[in-house]
Amino acid sequence: MSEITPEVVAEHGLSEDEWQQVLKIMGREPNMTELGIFSVMWSEHCSYKSSKKWLKTLPTEAPWVICGPGENAGIIDIGDGQAAIFKMESHNHPSYIEPYQGAATGVGGIMRDVFTMGARPIANLNALRFGRPTHEKTRHLVAGVVEGIGGYGNCMGVPTVGGECEFNKSYDGNILVNAMTVGLADADNIFYSAAAGIGKPVVYVGSKTGRDGIHGATMASTEFTEATEEKRPTVQVGDPFTEKLLLEACLELMATDAIVAIQDMGAAGLTSSSFEMASKGGVGIDMNLDAVPQREENMTAYEMMLSESQERMLMVLEPGKEDMARAIFEKWELDFAIIGTLTEPDADGIGHMVLHQDGKVIADLPIDPLALASPEYDRPWVPTPARDVLAAADVEAPKDLIDALKTLIGGANGCSKRWIWEQYDHMVMADTVQRPGGDAALVRVHGTKKALAMTSDVTPRYVFADPVQGGRQAVAESWRNLTATGATPMAITDNMNFGNPERPEIMGQFVGACEGISDACRALDFPVVSGNVSLYNETNGQGILPTPTIGGVGLIDDVAKAVGAGFTQDGEAIVLIGETLGHLGQSQYLMEVLGRDGLSMDDGAPPPVDLALERKNGDFVRVEILSGAATACHDLSDGGLWVALAEMALASDIGATIEQPGTNIPLHAWAFGEDQARYLVTTPNSQDLIQRAEKAGVIAAVIGTTGGQELTFGPEHAISLAELRSTHEDWLPEFMSHPDAH
Amino acid sequence: MKACVIVFPASNCDRDMQVALERSMGAKVDMVWHREHDLSGYDLVAVPGGFSYGDYLRCGAMAARSPIMDAVKAHADNGGLVLGVCNGFQVLCEAGLLPGVLMRNANLKFICKDVELMVERADTAFTNGYEVCDVIRVPVAHHDGNFFADEETLNRIEGEGQVAFRYVDNPNGSLNSIAGILNEKGNVLGMMPHPERLVDEQLGGTDGKPMFDALIKAVA
Repeated sequence: MSEITPEVVAEHGLSEDEWQQVLKIMGREPNMTELGIFSVMWSEHCSYKSSKKWLKTLPTEAPWVICGPGENAGIIDIGDGQAAIFKMESHNHPSYIEPYQGAATGVGGIMRDVFTMGARPIANLNALRFGRPTHEKTRHLVAGVVEGIGGYGNCMGVPTVGGECEFNKSYDGNILVNAMTVGLADADNIFYSAAAGIGKPVVYVGSKTGRDGIHGATMASTEFTEATEEKRPTVQVGDPFTEKLLLEACLELMATDAIVAIQDMGAAGLTSSSFEMASKGGVGIDMNLDAVPQREENMTAYEMMLSESQERMLMVLEPGKEDMARAIFEKWELDFAIIGTLTEPDADGIGHMVLHQDGKVIADLPIDPLALASPEYDRPWVPTPARDVLAAADVEAPKDLIDALKTLIGGANGCSKRWIWEQYDHMVMADTVQRPGGDAALVRVHGTKKALAMTSDVTPRYVFADPVQGGRQAVAESWRNLTATGATPMAITDNMNFGNPERPEIMGQFVGACEGISDACRALDFPVVSGNVSLYNETNGQGILPTPTIGGVGLIDDVAKAVGAGFTQDGEAIVLIGETLGHLGQSQYLMEVLGRDGLSMDDGAPPPVDLALERKNGDFVRVEILSGAATACHDLSDGGLWVALAEMALASDIGATIEQPGTNIPLHAWAFGEDQARYLVTTPNSQDLIQRAEKAGVIAAVIGTTGGQELTFGPEHAISLAELRSTHEDWLPEFMSHPDAH
Repeated sequence: MKACVIVFPASNCDRDMQVALERSMGAKVDMVWHREHDLSGYDLVAVPGGFSYGDYLRCGAMAARSPIMDAVKAHADNGGLVLGVCNGFQVLCEAGLLPGVLMRNANLKFICKDVELMVERADTAFTNGYEVCDVIRVPVAHHDGNFFADEETLNRIEGEGQVAFRYVDNPNGSLNSIAGILNEKGNVLGMMPHPERLVDEQLGGTDGKPMFDALIKAVA
């Protein structure tokens, strides 16, 4: 075994301080296998060492929360003895290096997190962020990531029902691939990872272990440089067929009483799964590596413990159930191996991970000192400087408002993402009520009339300009999108993508975003139940826009009462809920039409988020939907009012006539301002709805009527639905038809 | 009427098929594991969509050699009804129960969307709930739905009137826009689009339901 030099320690990503702590915990110099284990367990990816302090401040509780952060995924009670289990997780670095496999294994990993807990995955979402369309790698990355997500999810037979896709220069060298899975379980049959019961067998199931993905977790915890592509061998290879077998076999075994604890092997594979189970249960594990199913010959203990081969699970079984369990896994043609037993803690109450190979003990590590004493840093941070609000009157008007609308709905960020979601099977399992393209997807809870609403949201340019408001806005928009279907928002998962936390201004973004998310979660009763942190999203010192992606889940008791964003018939009143002030700072109009990049202080503050107002307006809209008074609903976000109207028209093929606003706000600010807490609803009876709004103290005004085959705004501005549609639909297919995409 | 759905290791539209059949039948539909050998007693055998054995090689090629397929062939030889949808269609072609083969989509991408189908045959147990020239909306969701057959086979399929459905706007490059075909006897239907996905107004339509209603009547 090679000698441990300071260089070897540094290559394992451990600082000098951390190395001293290793020596203290071990009471001796570790061998290579042990060093490798410390390295992955203490990587940022596994230990959350920079973020832990701030994540603890997020609100995680509500009466309907069954399990908050800390397990494989979060769990909420959705009534009738059922639970929804969900989480979002990033696979950014691997997807940049090898887009197909990186994205595919991201989807595979998050689905495993969910079915490890006893849930059948019922929906996938993904939030994708790529660099500039003009960047030489963008097409290649879009093509590979989309195909990888589809390749995995489609084979698994889990519908991919929603998500988002944005393009921005800051992601040129560091794309974001955030994958979310929502699963369904019986509330009384949920599985956790805490191992218990001395002497009980530790069982390995799934794929064999190979040399793929060694040090993936450490890679995901460093910045990128040009040399990073040499790290391609650290990207894992996905096998969705095997995962489908693993899913069915696990669910079959979970229907029995054989499983004590179960944990999937994700980042840092066998190491993190075994340490996590043992640490949570306060026990030790004696593990025989010779029994680990291996894909390659002569694998060392170091390689086996650090491999990130996919589609594997570790579980503790009730003694006597091994044969029954083995028969299930053999039916599904998967490996099943008893690789260890749970052991008593030592005299000091510390469990040990003892690894055997070829009849020898080759590693002996104290579990809790290693797993729980992973470093926690209070990294220095500076608040993001506040920006002045940009007055609407100071923002240049476009030459032509209709051309501006076309730019907003027909550019990279505002265009239809149909090209992406038509590559995902979004209907398999036959419960997708609201398909992709709306505010939130709606997936019926099989065999019931209930449905789960789900969405993924964040506006990174807002978070960059003001992390606190941006954090609030991401949560508020998620809440609004769920509300706009008629669902009651229940809980979120947060996927925090940031740059290098060792830079105080980046850490300041993280701290600010956490504060904003906390504010909004508290005000909206919308707790965080799971999440993931991805730091060091930088290439050559250039950080990404701070991107705390929020995955929201809501519940509607009777899906027949849900509404979509599309107009439903001619002659209905269109009512704008909420106040329009014409906020253009950090707006899509500023970026796409005026070509600003949002980075300059002159680009203004993002729209402020009044959480009490969000709640009041949203609760009003939800009641109107559920009572049947509102026949369609859409929340206002990027691009503002006119963009929302265009989307409602395109979702239905029904046009609208919008009246000239009676306001002194400049028309372009009225059309494209991004004031928050606003919705559009349609109704056959606007008088009553407006009366109820007045009573509730909600600002509401009729702004037009549905009907026809064009959108007309006052006497001067109009566009046909046909032109609107081709503008909206053509950009992405044309962009991706370029040969670079292949 | 007794119906069953064959389950390969990575079938994933098996439940959808079962639900659609049960909705029309009002009776339980069995799931039959691919290692079984016996299909006696069933009137209708459905081979569902999915990825059977992962389909890393030619789609359906491995599943076509599963133990159950001998029983499916025997069932078809005895005049029993066989419906193969999507991966099920691929499996039936690979097993030789239907002519032709499904190649990779012309655009080389997975395609999931509603398409319009023209009904070509309304005189079969599967399709007599429709009229010839009806245009129905049914979703496709596949990577390999590009129907191909050599010229002689294609002429025979067309000459014998074995085309059950054609795409109105061909999404995948299929020869003659073929979306679904029958065997010569008319008791085996394979189609790429998923009728079982549109049998419920809440999911966006019911154009697939007449097929299941017709099947139930055919063997009632």
